[in-house]
Amino acid sequence: MNNEAFNNRDVSDSYFLVDIEDYPTEPWDKFKRVIKRTFRIELFVGLWVVIREMFKFDIHTISYPEEKMPIGPRYRAIHEMKRLWESDTERCIGCGLCEKICISNCIKIDTRIDENSRKEVSEYSINLGRCIFCGYCAEVCPELAITHGGRYENASDQREHFLMYEDMLTPLDKMTAGTQVEFEGFGAITPHEDERVKKTPLAY
Amino acid sequence: MEVAYLIETVIKVVVVLLVFSALAGIGTYFERKVLAFMQRRLGPMNVGPYGMLQFGADAIKLFTKEDIIPSNVVAPIFKIAPVITAATAFIAAAAIPFLPEFTIFGYTVHPIVSDINIGILYILGVMGVGLYGPLLGGMASANKFSLLSAARGAAVFISYEVVTGLSILAPIMMVGSLSLIDFNDYQLENGWMIFNMYGVGFVAFILFWIAGFAETGRTPFHLIANDHEIIDGFGTEYSGMRWGLFFIGEYANMFFISFVIPLLFLGGYGDGSFLGAMALLGKMSFFFFFFLWTRAAWPDVRPDQLMWLCWKVLMPIAVLNILIAAIVMI
Repeated sequence: MNNEAFNNRDVSDSYFLVDIEDYPTEPWDKFKRVIKRTFRIELFVGLWVVIREMFKFDIHTISYPEEKMPIGPRYRAIHEMKRLWESDTERCIGCGLCEKICISNCIKIDTRIDENSRKEVSEYSINLGRCIFCGYCAEVCPELAITHGGRYENASDQREHFLMYEDMLTPLDKMTAGTQVEFEGFGAITPHEDERVKKTPLAY
Repeated sequence: MEVAYLIETVIKVVVVLLVFSALAGIGTYFERKVLAFMQRRLGPMNVGPYGMLQFGADAIKLFTKEDIIPSNVVAPIFKIAPVITAATAFIAAAAIPFLPEFTIFGYTVHPIVSDINIGILYILGVMGVGLYGPLLGGMASANKFSLLSAARGAAVFISYEVVTGLSILAPIMMVGSLSLIDFNDYQLENGWMIFNMYGVGFVAFILFWIAGFAETGRTPFHLIANDHEIIDGFGTEYSGMRWGLFFIGEYANMFFISFVIPLLFLGGYGDGSFLGAMALLGKMSFFFFFFLWTRAAWPDVRPDQLMWLCWKVLMPIAVLNILIAAIVMI
């Protein structure tokens, strides 16, 4: 979809002042205005415009549940938890930054030491009733693990609606098929990052 | 009175009642579709193919909805008001010839309930009585928006009765009869009314058409039930089928006015052949469509502008028109 028409906020070249005549005060001028308005065929212009649109049949309705508008890749809807492309393991390292930065305190994370003495996420939940979808968690995540997805139909019959870790995690069959979609919004790697990255001087 | 005549009349009354009640419903479907297409929308799409059963769904909703009588209203008047609107619309239809006469199984049918010799006067009079629906309903509702709408309704109806009456005086003078069938026969001999008498008929046609919009309360003159200023006007406190009766009355009135205009000015059903009957239905459809068309295209006028238009513009033109008609006829 082309967003250029929406993103161009510079309207200086298309702005103009509407030419409004002074209101007539003399009865004769008022009468002249009435005659002018009566016989200028403005009413029929209106009729022509709507009938033209009717026959053009250029319908802009999207019948919503069947059809949906494409949404931008940066759209911030229900969270997703991504996996590593190389090993299909979870990206999340349990650092807890998302819990720390969350301004509406909706993320709760708990970790433990697993059998390989590595830190592992044991509990992770997002309270969608509190979440304001600000995107800070996705921005702060050092591993690009927690991101936003495109699922926006989150009506619920209760105010608290918890999103658990397993539900957010990309399913393994999706990883095998190679269809995990990277988030392009806040906190994501910008394109061509590989060419721009430089070595730390101290490494020499 | 012979039995055959009685049976025929009863059947005709029932047919008119059923056909136009159904048409009023189907008319809402067409209105929604036409408005939608003109505004680049789809309109009702989900109930039945292309939403064609939407009218049935609406009817079921209206019939089964709770009939609420609010606590402070004047209950008897509140209850009877919608009936007046719907009833007067259908009573007025008694003098309208919907089709030319035809023969079925050797029996000649006149598709007019009663060809009375004061037909057009009767139609306009009974349609004028329709004023009491919005007026009484609005005044009995104990709601200030309804009261405003009742006041506006009274002002609009009374003013535009004047224009309607005066505008058709010139055609009546030409025809010399008040029966719509005589109007039709006159136009069969002398050509359509709008082309008669050096434009007198045309001016009368335009005036009657404009007044028709006010009589039915359609868009340029929709201020009786103006949704964006006074909610639904006289209909604000109504629910269920009582509101539905107001609705049926409004749409039936639109259909009847759409029949009367071609009968008066555009040659009616002509020579009475099948083609003539189809032509009448075609003209009727155009005028009904025009009601919907203007609703999509035109803004509403203010009440004071409406009064200004009636008393300072249309009425003088109507009087002048009669004067010119009289001079030409002499």
